[in-house]
Amino acid sequence: MKKLVSTLLSLAMAAGLGTGVAMAAGDSEYAKAPREQDWSFSGPFGLYDKGQLQRGLKVYIEVCAACHGLDRIAFRNFTELGYSEDQVKTLASEYEVTDGPNEEGEMFERAAILADYFPNPFPNVEAAAYANNGAAPPDLSLMAKARAATRGFPQFVFDIFTMYTEGGPDYLYSLLTGYQDPPQGVEITEGTYYNPYFINGVSLAMAPPLSDEIVTYDDGAPETVDQYAKDVSAFLMWAAEPKLEERKSLGFKVMIFILIFSCLLYLSKKAVWSRVEH
Amino acid sequence: MVTTVSEHDTTAEPTRRDFLYLTTGMTGVIGAGALAWPFIDQMRPDATTLALSTIEVDVSAIEEGMSITVKWRGKPVFIRYRTQKEIEEANAVPLEDLKDQAARNANLAPDTPALDVDRSAGEGRENWIVMIGSCTHLGCVPLGQAGDFGGWFCPCHGSHYDTAGRIRSGPAPENLPIPPFEFISDTRIKIG
Amino acid sequence: MSGGHSTYEPKTGFEKWVDSRLPLPRLVYDSFVAYPTPRNLNYAYTFGAILSVMLVAQILTGIVLAMHYASSTAGAFSSVENIMRDVNSGWLLRYMHQNGASFFFIAVYIHMFRGMYYGSYKAPREILWILGVTIYLLMMATGFMGYVLPWGQMSFWGATVITGFFSAFPLVGEPIQQWLLGGFAVDNPTLNRFFSLHYLLPFMIAGVVVLHVWALHVTGQTNPTGVEVKSKTDTVPFTPFATIKDAFATMVFLLVFAYFIFYMPNYLGHPDNYVEANPLVTPAHIVPEWYYLPFYAILRAITFNIGPIDSKLGGVLAMFASILILFLLPWLDTSKVRSAVYRPWYKMFFWLFVANCVFLGWLGSKPAEGTYVVMAQIGTAYYFLFFFPILPLLGLVEKTRPVPNSITDSVLEKSGGGKPEAATAAPEDRG
Repeated sequence: MKKLVSTLLSLAMAAGLGTGVAMAAGDSEYAKAPREQDWSFSGPFGLYDKGQLQRGLKVYIEVCAACHGLDRIAFRNFTELGYSEDQVKTLASEYEVTDGPNEEGEMFERAAILADYFPNPFPNVEAAAYANNGAAPPDLSLMAKARAATRGFPQFVFDIFTMYTEGGPDYLYSLLTGYQDPPQGVEITEGTYYNPYFINGVSLAMAPPLSDEIVTYDDGAPETVDQYAKDVSAFLMWAAEPKLEERKSLGFKVMIFILIFSCLLYLSKKAVWSRVEH
Repeated sequence: MVTTVSEHDTTAEPTRRDFLYLTTGMTGVIGAGALAWPFIDQMRPDATTLALSTIEVDVSAIEEGMSITVKWRGKPVFIRYRTQKEIEEANAVPLEDLKDQAARNANLAPDTPALDVDRSAGEGRENWIVMIGSCTHLGCVPLGQAGDFGGWFCPCHGSHYDTAGRIRSGPAPENLPIPPFEFISDTRIKIG
Repeated sequence: MSGGHSTYEPKTGFEKWVDSRLPLPRLVYDSFVAYPTPRNLNYAYTFGAILSVMLVAQILTGIVLAMHYASSTAGAFSSVENIMRDVNSGWLLRYMHQNGASFFFIAVYIHMFRGMYYGSYKAPREILWILGVTIYLLMMATGFMGYVLPWGQMSFWGATVITGFFSAFPLVGEPIQQWLLGGFAVDNPTLNRFFSLHYLLPFMIAGVVVLHVWALHVTGQTNPTGVEVKSKTDTVPFTPFATIKDAFATMVFLLVFAYFIFYMPNYLGHPDNYVEANPLVTPAHIVPEWYYLPFYAILRAITFNIGPIDSKLGGVLAMFASILILFLLPWLDTSKVRSAVYRPWYKMFFWLFVANCVFLGWLGSKPAEGTYVVMAQIGTAYYFLFFFPILPLLGLVEKTRPVPNSITDSVLEKSGGGKPEAATAAPEDRG
């Protein structure tokens, strides 16, 4: 009986593990893994690079904002990027928002103020889809948290210890710099563009948005697709997770507190239990 | 005195007093049940939800080979103007090859076989197919003109439907259901 | 809540006055101070305390989050983003609540596996175990409804799939589904009632926890040897021994919890839930939260018809059965020996069962196609075979190792003291 059991056991284990490894090796259901970048905001003490966020905002305004909304960001939030309140007020006044109704019951346009949210290029999703061959450009406010390539086993276990949480910006960067001609034998739908990093299919409806020198930087950073992509991805990470710096700095204090408290509790526990064998 | 009463109750035959107690208890139970009903009933679809249970759709702009998706009762409804090739493909399938051989057409009797004509809008309108676009497995929205049978493909758990919306492979048990609908003119469909 | 006589002695006049009117201090004293706990408990036994802390934490963060949350399909997603961005400390409370759910389940799984390993469900603790499984069921319902509230894509589609289970039942299925949803699909009425129930259920859990602790204090705790408490030397008073140990373990648990809240708050979530719910677009893979994945794998493993039961209903029944079978566990295990420590074969099958649950969980996150389905079927088969017939048969054929006479014996033997006086000592008179 025992022998039978152990034979069955090893068979089951072999079947389970063997196929598991084979599947893991041959997984092709996912897009190409994003290229991991060095981000200033990674790790336990990582902070946003304000200069980079400002460049990213510039790329967003001059390129992305033509089609993509940033609905959850208000002008007041831009002071977090290192701009003064007056600078942001000036930026806001360049935009028009709809307000109202006035005393005649009509809606009217006025210059945006700090409390206003960043205006969307389209009045609604239907208009956005109509203007873009049926594919509405998604809002970018949360994009850096809403997109992350699946990390297979065992990588997702290592991620806990390496504190890898930059899957979103890595994906955005890889997508923006990853456009290429489709390999032989790959058919793509007309009006779409091949990109091996794209998560939801072989090609996407967005044309390559960036090209060298499309945005002028005034801080001497290189005006390349690579730099633009990195800056705007960092900016979108900030847009999705504006409390990241506050979170990590509070986290450090909390961890230290719990650690000290745990040590004290351990010593107390030892003292109490030293009275009995257990 | 109290002692005698209780002795009497436990030993003797049922009396009128027992009947009274029983009736009182039963009345209480009925009352509790009646009171519970509104608490249960309130969870059923309310009047605003039911009011949206009928819609009219203008299909004049749909050309052959095109589909639209409209929302009806919170679910997507596929309306497709099928090509002749799709109809022929569907007709070429023998009934025995189908996983679900019932038409699942709310406009026809429940035991109607899943022939292509009974899946479509009926004789003379075989080109039109109107179906609830909710996978019969667990309610995902299948993608159009995809999958192994050129019909619909559910990306959630891999159910393949053919050009008549009939389940051919995958975990879904039934053909895509056809809602109650009628052509009120050549270009307008009333669903619901 | 202790079964035996009370050792509480009111000292001051005020204490006596209270004790003769509402003996609450006596109850607390007997339950959490004088209550005797086995002296040989290891850290696996601290998860009961950890779970109490997590329940309180979830209720507190939940109550304050509800002050800012709007349960309407138009406003839910935005109100959560408002909490994350603009409410003072909102991001912290939300991440605590969101990750708290996961850590609640981590703790409950360790607690359950501990119970299975040391045979804690065996007579006379059947009701204790059944109450525990009831709490687990309520937790699953609470967790599911809570996941719907942020109204992201996974919220919506998870709710669609799970309420879709009911449509598998013939005749009554569809009316029940419409009754649950309050409509023909997941929509505003669904979200509203889920919010109401998500707020209610934790208090029901708290109620069942009181019964669970009551039942525990009637029978007393098990311990790694599985031998019942026989003498006073077998136990130590709950305070300070268990309290300080539980406090230390809880802090270590909270350290890991804090690591996730502050450094990887979205690791256990799904990216798609940062996309607002859209009834017309289905995500590529619908996956539930990680703690339901083994059951999701069982649901999808049934791809074949079983007699008159079609594969869809079969999957749903298998999934419900996989949870309900836990209720029968006390009667499925026929072994006279309680603890796995003295059961070499059971120990092996137990660890295989744990590995199988992890394996099923991994499969639950994979698409249901090709080899994954076959693997899920193997995993599902072992899941049920473990309960029947492996467990009942094991009790009949297994050759167990000798069990120590008493807890004191085993402790002294381990520490090399070797003074087995406890065996002859008079049994303690607690009930």
